[in-house]
Amino acid sequence: MKKQPKIGVLYSRVRVEEKWIFTVLEQLGIDYDRLDDRKFFFDMNNPEPWLKYDAILERSISYARGLYSTRILNAWGIPTVNTAKVAEICGNKLATVTALSEKNVPQPETRVAYTVPAALDAIEEMGYPVVLKPMVGSWGRLLAKINDRDAAEAVLEHKSVLGSYEHSIFYIQEFIDKPDRDIRVLVINDEPIAAIYRHSPHWITNTARGGSGEICPLTPELTKISRDAAIAVGGGLLAVDVIEHPERGYQVNEINHTMEFHTAAPTTGVDIPRLIVDYLMKVARREIEVL
Amino acid sequence: MSTTTCPECAADIELEAGTEENEIIVCPDCGVDLEVTSLNPATVELAPMEEEDWGE
Repeated sequence: MKKQPKIGVLYSRVRVEEKWIFTVLEQLGIDYDRLDDRKFFFDMNNPEPWLKYDAILERSISYARGLYSTRILNAWGIPTVNTAKVAEICGNKLATVTALSEKNVPQPETRVAYTVPAALDAIEEMGYPVVLKPMVGSWGRLLAKINDRDAAEAVLEHKSVLGSYEHSIFYIQEFIDKPDRDIRVLVINDEPIAAIYRHSPHWITNTARGGSGEICPLTPELTKISRDAAIAVGGGLLAVDVIEHPERGYQVNEINHTMEFHTAAPTTGVDIPRLIVDYLMKVARREIEVL
Repeated sequence: MSTTTCPECAADIELEAGTEENEIIVCPDCGVDLEVTSLNPATVELAPMEEEDWGE
């Protein structure tokens, strides 16, 4: 009899997404362990306890824990969804921009500067308003829309004085006067499977901040840009966030590698947890090679 | 139905059917986020605070 794959699910807290995934794993009778990232440790000289896993689904709420865990597991030859390589790119905005730029995927104009005067020069060259973003971060945390020079000077000084060294790597993006929405496209194995508009009257349209969802048709153009973006960062299970520029059309704003879908699943009716588990099992059975 | 008390305000808390260990619930009285640390017996602790690298 063929051996059933053994699965691990790395997590920090059980959000609704993890509950749905656990339910599917149980309904399908899949042998899996719940791996709470607050409770385990890695012995770098002894991968043995981990080698029983044919694949591990990474759902850590912490970017650092997920990244380091997958880096170790991948080095030991254990496939993860997603891989450390993909997490490294998607979790860092500059790495994402670089990867998208390499593949000519349309994205907002971005400048990076290392000092306050250089950042001010970059901002003034772009013109107000601009958006300052931390290099690592989610849920719309610490985003600042800068409308004029006074605000730019104040926020840049605060970031350089009060923030860690990473906050002094100034990531500056053009402000796109989009409709009161952005688009989240869920992509599995380079195939866009569902999309939603995320509405909010606030310029930050993240549903983690109270934005609401509405089904968005997957047009050929949206399918293409989402697929191109997913491929550019290495593929896997991804949520591609797209902004509609009034003149330039679709622009990829960011790509999430441990995607939340508590709004997308009920809005679209697509059984996203099932599709995630199906993909995970293909990786576990080596029908899809990720390493 | 499992019941416990909120460590912040001592309100009685009932865990709904289908609640999972490590799930975050909200105290209906004081609104604090609580993590379910055990189902049987029901126990909850104050949920960890959001950190800078949290998200998706």
